Amino acid sequence: MFYISMFFQYVAQYMKTRLEYRADLIVEIFSDLLFQAVNLIFILVVFDHTEFLNGWSRDEIIFIYGFFLVPYALFSSFFNIWDFNERYIVKGELDRILTRPIHSLFQIILERMELESLFGAVTGLAVMFYAGSRLGLEVSWSDPLLFVVFVLGGVLVYAGIFVMIACISFWADARTSIMPMMYNIGNYGRYPVDIYNNVIRFVLTWILPFAFVGVYPAAYFLGRDEWYGYSFLTPVIGLVFFSLSVFIWNEGVKRYRGAGN
Amino acid sequence: MDKYIEMIRIRFLMMLAYRTNYYTGILIYSINIGAYYFLWNAIYGGKSEIEGLSAIQMTTYVAVAWMARAFYFNNIDREMATEIKEGKVAVELIRPYNYLGMKTMQGLGEGIFRLFFFSMPGMVIVALIFPIEFSADAATWGLFAISIVLSFLINTQLNLLTGITTFFLYNNTGLIRAKRVLIDLFSGLLLPISFFPGWAQEIMGFLPFQGISYIPSMIFTNGFTGSEAVEGLIIQAAWVLILVIPVQVLWVIAKKQLIIQGG
Repeated sequence: MFYISMFFQYVAQYMKTRLEYRADLIVEIFSDLLFQAVNLIFILVVFDHTEFLNGWSRDEIIFIYGFFLVPYALFSSFFNIWDFNERYIVKGELDRILTRPIHSLFQIILERMELESLFGAVTGLAVMFYAGSRLGLEVSWSDPLLFVVFVLGGVLVYAGIFVMIACISFWADARTSIMPMMYNIGNYGRYPVDIYNNVIRFVLTWILPFAFVGVYPAAYFLGRDEWYGYSFLTPVIGLVFFSLSVFIWNEGVKRYRGAGN
Repeated sequence: MDKYIEMIRIRFLMMLAYRTNYYTGILIYSINIGAYYFLWNAIYGGKSEIEGLSAIQMTTYVAVAWMARAFYFNNIDREMATEIKEGKVAVELIRPYNYLGMKTMQGLGEGIFRLFFFSMPGMVIVALIFPIEFSADAATWGLFAISIVLSFLINTQLNLLTGITTFFLYNNTGLIRAKRVLIDLFSGLLLPISFFPGWAQEIMGFLPFQGISYIPSMIFTNGFTGSEAVEGLIIQAAWVLILVIPVQVLWVIAKKQLIIQGG
């Protein structure tokens, strides 16, 4: 209960500070939209020259991209831990976090949220409905439910991977550039994994399971029954990776000795 | 002139001090190139060529476009924005050099550093992993060298323009981001311009962006040869000259209405 009320207090506080600079907020949302538009244009232009991408049609690829945007938007609204090392370890800010009465990871999530990224979820839904109606997909009663489960699974996959990478700073204090690399690898999950070779496919499924954020869950809604097994694994993989990351985080916090003064 | 060359040297040495960052940078670019390599292979499917480019030429295009980006890309627009916001620009303006010229030289220092420590080793690594075709023709390499210098100039001028807008907008982080996304698309970094539908190509023909990535990459992959390549260089050179005008005009206006607080 305490955690929920803390969450909403932070949200309220966040809204106040952001709405103070409205012009900047609008430009930021606009540039997010632009970025998503560029990715869509890429898909559209590519399919001017080919009918199928390894058996996947244009609208299916667009649908997968739309699905990907939803968990990704949730992830980037709440898990801005890409600069965890500089911000919290090097500057010693984590000392402050540890004195707070809520879990340290949750406290960081609250401090670093960027709610404007949630607009990406709206774009994603719009893209999905557009592609879905062109494909003639029908929405059954269970779909919204599964959609929520798959999206949450995808968010947990992303969050798990990035929290684990942030945890590296507990053990090694050197600055690493693994974070930006991960954002790039994450993009691989937006396309059907069967276009990659087996090694990459294996990595994207079991080691850095970004395929569970895009193509695997989306395959369920597209009625690709050969992938259903993977689709239903999405929440499992999400839970496993996220639990593991929280476990590593707790171990890391125990080892944390503090820096700065 | 000496002081400008000194500025290039200092920037180069500064980058050298932080070189470990670049090893991971090469990996990031390789991952990107890898993603596009598989994607393009799937797009080509069984086709031998699309819009005059074969699958191998396309891989080469993607690789060289990203590696050339390391040379022409710089953050001087963001640096200018910070200097203007923090008021440091006042000191810069009384120093005995041209502020915009100095920023260009700093960008060039960074670019030369990345060319030697990033693009060249990166290209060798990428060539080992993916099938890439290098031209054996010295003329192609010569034209390519001229072309990426021109693309550096065009990109830098656009960066200067974006940087100067801070004088009027005060906060332009969103604009800087939007500009970068637009350049990635319109410059031909993500997709060769010849892949776009006809009407879009026609519009892009009137914009300076194609000179940043499309023209040098096409020259490198032998997509442009002979007169086409020379024509490309002329288009680039023309844009370098045209862009001088808005940069200078905005700069004069900006200096006039500049207000420095504190100091």
